Amino acid sequence: MPPLLDIQDLRIHFHTRDGVVRAVDGVSLQVEAGEVAGIVGESGSGKSVTAASLLGLVPMPPGRIAGGRAWFDGTDLLRLTGRELNGYRGKRISMIFQDPMTSLNPYLRISTQLIEPLEIHEGLRGKRALHRAIDALESVGIADAAKRIHAYPHEFSGGMRQRVMIAMALITKPDLVIADEPTTALDVTVQKQVLEVMRRLQRETGTAVLFITHDLALVHEMCDSVTVMYAGRVVESASAAMLATGPRHAYTRGLYRSNPAGAGKGCALYSIPGSPPDPARLPGGCAFRERNTLGDADQCLADHRPELVEIAPGHHVQDCPGCLAPSQD
Amino acid sequence: MTRVILQRLLQGLLVLFVLATLTFFLVRALPYGPFQDERAVPSHVRERLEQLHGYDKPLVVQYAMRLGNLARGELGTSLKVMEGREVTAILAQAFPVSLALGLMAMLIAVPVGVAAGVIAAVRRNRVVDYAVMAVALLGICLPNFVIGPVLAELFGRRLAWFPVSGWEPRDLSFMILPAVTLGLGSAAYLSRLTRTGMVEVLHQDFIRTARAKGQRESWVVLRHALRGGLIPPVAYLGPAFAATVSGSVVVESIFQVPGIGRLFIKAIETSDEALIMGPVLIYGSLIVVANFLADLVQLWLNPRLRSNS
Ligand SMILES: Nc1ncnc2c1ncn2[C@@H]1O[C@H](COP(=O)(O)OP(=O)(O)OP(=O)(O)O)[C@@H](O)[C@H]1O
Ligand SMILES: [Mg+2]
Repeated sequence: MPPLLDIQDLRIHFHTRDGVVRAVDGVSLQVEAGEVAGIVGESGSGKSVTAASLLGLVPMPPGRIAGGRAWFDGTDLLRLTGRELNGYRGKRISMIFQDPMTSLNPYLRISTQLIEPLEIHEGLRGKRALHRAIDALESVGIADAAKRIHAYPHEFSGGMRQRVMIAMALITKPDLVIADEPTTALDVTVQKQVLEVMRRLQRETGTAVLFITHDLALVHEMCDSVTVMYAGRVVESASAAMLATGPRHAYTRGLYRSNPAGAGKGCALYSIPGSPPDPARLPGGCAFRERNTLGDADQCLADHRPELVEIAPGHHVQDCPGCLAPSQD
Repeated sequence: MTRVILQRLLQGLLVLFVLATLTFFLVRALPYGPFQDERAVPSHVRERLEQLHGYDKPLVVQYAMRLGNLARGELGTSLKVMEGREVTAILAQAFPVSLALGLMAMLIAVPVGVAAGVIAAVRRNRVVDYAVMAVALLGICLPNFVIGPVLAELFGRRLAWFPVSGWEPRDLSFMILPAVTLGLGSAAYLSRLTRTGMVEVLHQDFIRTARAKGQRESWVVLRHALRGGLIPPVAYLGPAFAATVSGSVVVESIFQVPGIGRLFIKAIETSDEALIMGPVLIYGSLIVVANFLADLVQLWLNPRLRSNS
């Protein structure tokens, strides 16, 4: 069976005053029906832009889809018009955003906003729509939903608002939910609760999730497969189990070692030196070279970009000798 | 809520008190008085007149008397412009005319200004946006006394769609040209404010959420963006309405409309204190009330403000 979502060599450029920003520079990744697929990477690695492009939410201009395909159930999402995309948005693919404080409309009641996808996609209104919305609110663990549904967003805490966003995303029973750092803006304890709700509902509904985060620990809590992104490209992808036992790329190894939960094994906490390259001036060779202290920077490709290769069944990694070199210690 | 209303009422009264005081002393500070005429008035006649109207008493006493009368709702009599007539009666006749003209101007300005602003915001940085904003800038810069005669010439004289000037109660056609002249500036300003408000709202995260739901772009604008985008223009609506009604001073002269404006100008020319005080207080009350109403609309638009008060 083909994957539910199959992104092939996606390229998204932003034309800015500083030149062309290659925010996404040849990303391929797959999401199987019913699975939770993770994207991990530092800030600016192109995770959000990748996700937003699937629903046509990249602002154009300055953005431009410079190439690639995003097959979803036999259709290339990147080639749909806005009107055609509206049939997918919020119906077959919905999205949960990072900041629950700003993602809900402060001028409209929760009920209005929750019912909206039902109105748009199922022509459902009035009492019946309201009942569905109340059920959805209850399913994300909001007590007294029948009453609180008439509140405004500002009367809810951040965690509660993100629960509302989750309920709104799932209300039409989509095939795919894109969750772009859904808990980053929340306190740790609230974060746990919200993730639990997501995981429970994902299991109950069997919806596939594209789960974006910069926190590897969360990936292992939530995801079946993982794609690691760096500077607009995929550096490594594998099943979550495979990646946890044998991360190959120096960047992935760095991410594990810098994660308090993942480091373990008596290793001192590591931190990847430096910062990602300016996406308007990407180097011609390996983009990780300057920061590569776990592999062998001298061996990093300097003249051409490393290609993604399959080193074990289902395990892909960028083929850069310097980044694949074993750790010095 | 009751407390807020009460507070605003007291504030309003304070404003009117200050206005009355300022008006009283400013009129008295004018270098000419109501009993000076082009032709010389014999000094004994003038003294007699001044005595009759209390102008011989110390200024403070006159001021106290004036305030006392005002508090009782007595605006006094016109001494000059409409000699001997009660100001209340004069205003009762002239004010509805000015008010109708002002309302009509706003009735034209608000939909035109808001619609233009929304369209410009949705098409921002495109030709439509630049065109709308250029016209708006023109509308703000051109004074009434330029626009009025141009409209009168074009639509009144040349095309003869509307009467050039004058006023007939219950005949809208007389109202159109002065109302358009009067409303143009407000419409222009409103369109710019609406554009600013809408552009800001359209950049917010929740607009992206609405789009991600598959909502049609027109509904994203009307349902999700408009409320927030209207907050800046609504805040301006109160002062704009007051400015429109009081701004009719010039327009009423151009189009020969028998409203307060024309009386007001004549009253100032002749230092006719009672007939200055009346319109000033009416304009003042109008500003207070219009601002209050605009605040209520703000509350209605913005649920966050509502739960704070
Ligand atoms: N509207 C835009 N105009 C110009 N550049 C943009 C725009 N949106 C994103 N970019 C650029 O694209 C790159 C990738 O951004 P993106 O938001 O996808 O990163 P991210 O991986 O989601 O990071 P974060 O963890 O901070 O959310 C960044 O370098 C950013 O500067
Ligand atoms: Mg992001």
